[in-house]
Amino acid sequence: MTSSSDPSLWEGFAAVIKRDLLLAFRRPGDILNPLFFFAMVSTLFPLAMGPDPEQLMAIGPGVVWVAALLSGLLSLNSLFLSDLEDGSLDQLILSPQPLPMLTFGKTIAHWLVSGFPLVIISPLIAITYQMPVQTIGVMVVTLTLGTISLSLLGSVGAALTVGLNRGNALLSLLVLPLAMPVLIFGARTVSLAATNDAVAAGIYFLAAYCMLSVSFAPFAAAAALKISNE
Amino acid sequence: MVGAKTLTELLSAEGLTVFRGERCLFHGLSFALTEGDSLLVQGQNGCGKTSLLRAIAGLLDLEEGNIRWKGKSIIKYRQDFHSEMVWFAHRVGFKNDLNLLENLSFETALRSTFAGRLDEVLDRLGLTALIELPLRVLSAGQQRRVALARMLLSSARLWLMDEPLTNLDAAGQVLVVEIILDHVRRGGVCVLASHQPIELDAAMQRIELL
Repeated sequence: MTSSSDPSLWEGFAAVIKRDLLLAFRRPGDILNPLFFFAMVSTLFPLAMGPDPEQLMAIGPGVVWVAALLSGLLSLNSLFLSDLEDGSLDQLILSPQPLPMLTFGKTIAHWLVSGFPLVIISPLIAITYQMPVQTIGVMVVTLTLGTISLSLLGSVGAALTVGLNRGNALLSLLVLPLAMPVLIFGARTVSLAATNDAVAAGIYFLAAYCMLSVSFAPFAAAAALKISNE
Repeated sequence: MVGAKTLTELLSAEGLTVFRGERCLFHGLSFALTEGDSLLVQGQNGCGKTSLLRAIAGLLDLEEGNIRWKGKSIIKYRQDFHSEMVWFAHRVGFKNDLNLLENLSFETALRSTFAGRLDEVLDRLGLTALIELPLRVLSAGQQRRVALARMLLSSARLWLMDEPLTNLDAAGQVLVVEIILDHVRRGGVCVLASHQPIELDAAMQRIELL
């Protein structure tokens, strides 16, 4: 009999990320939808508000952050849905790998295809609001931390609502309150950067919130998935 | 079954009771399986065959009773149990947009598998020519064969199979029975749920759900 090979924890984790990325690239529409939404909403505001630089500077950080939050919510619903529908979720739950690790992998893959592209194009959006260069740097950093937190918090909401019809509205209700600190600190920190005020505190807060989400969200999402899948 | 008791009991269940909503699907169900045993759960549609299988797998909470694998509760020692179990159900659990090889290589990263057996398994199931195709274009029966490949690649001792004959042609159904018999003869354990009769061997235990 051939010898059997036991995959390690990291192999399972890496395989989930790889599989979900591969799936996302096979269906590029799923990646581009939230990104287009983000780009459209945030570039339409300057057109509607007029070209007054001071006004644009004032609303810029808030608009970019709200658009990022909403586009994140758009893609969350599908995080576990296809796995539930084709039975992969059963296989993930019944695999010997720890489920929090697998949901964490799925969430990272989700961030890589939804949050990360948004961070990449955000400097372009910042230019349409005539933001100064140092503000753009702060915005990229805060958006990175913020979108990671949002993906993780969202994974808990998505896991709780995955079996429900029209779970999308409920998902927003569950995730938005938890996402408020991210929105408030994220937008405010970028505004402070625009007026050359100290931004370290805001960035530290977002980093702490991000670490908190990394430590707790995968476990909560895994527990929620087991309940939703009964 | 007195003789079998002296062997180590692998999978045992005592007093299982499962509710779906307000309805009691079964009550006080018990069984014990040792090396080389198989159990067929029979009954009409909607009588709780799938629920029983999901309960054994640990997907469904029990109202009462407990299930043990090698004498240890499957809830407390979930990881030990799942590393020796593999699941086969209506929904095959593969990704339609990935091809057969990509799907199976994901499996080998999740659970312990027999390395180097892939070609032999694909050949036996008649899938060799299909490895480059996305699962979406395969027929329902072919997809079930891919799910069988998961079972054959896995080194798990316990097979839980829900309606293993569904969607398969006559040759496929004969093949499934053959594969299950092979597994059981090598000391594996198999729990099947089916509304169709399946004849394995004389030692097969049966539970009829009403």
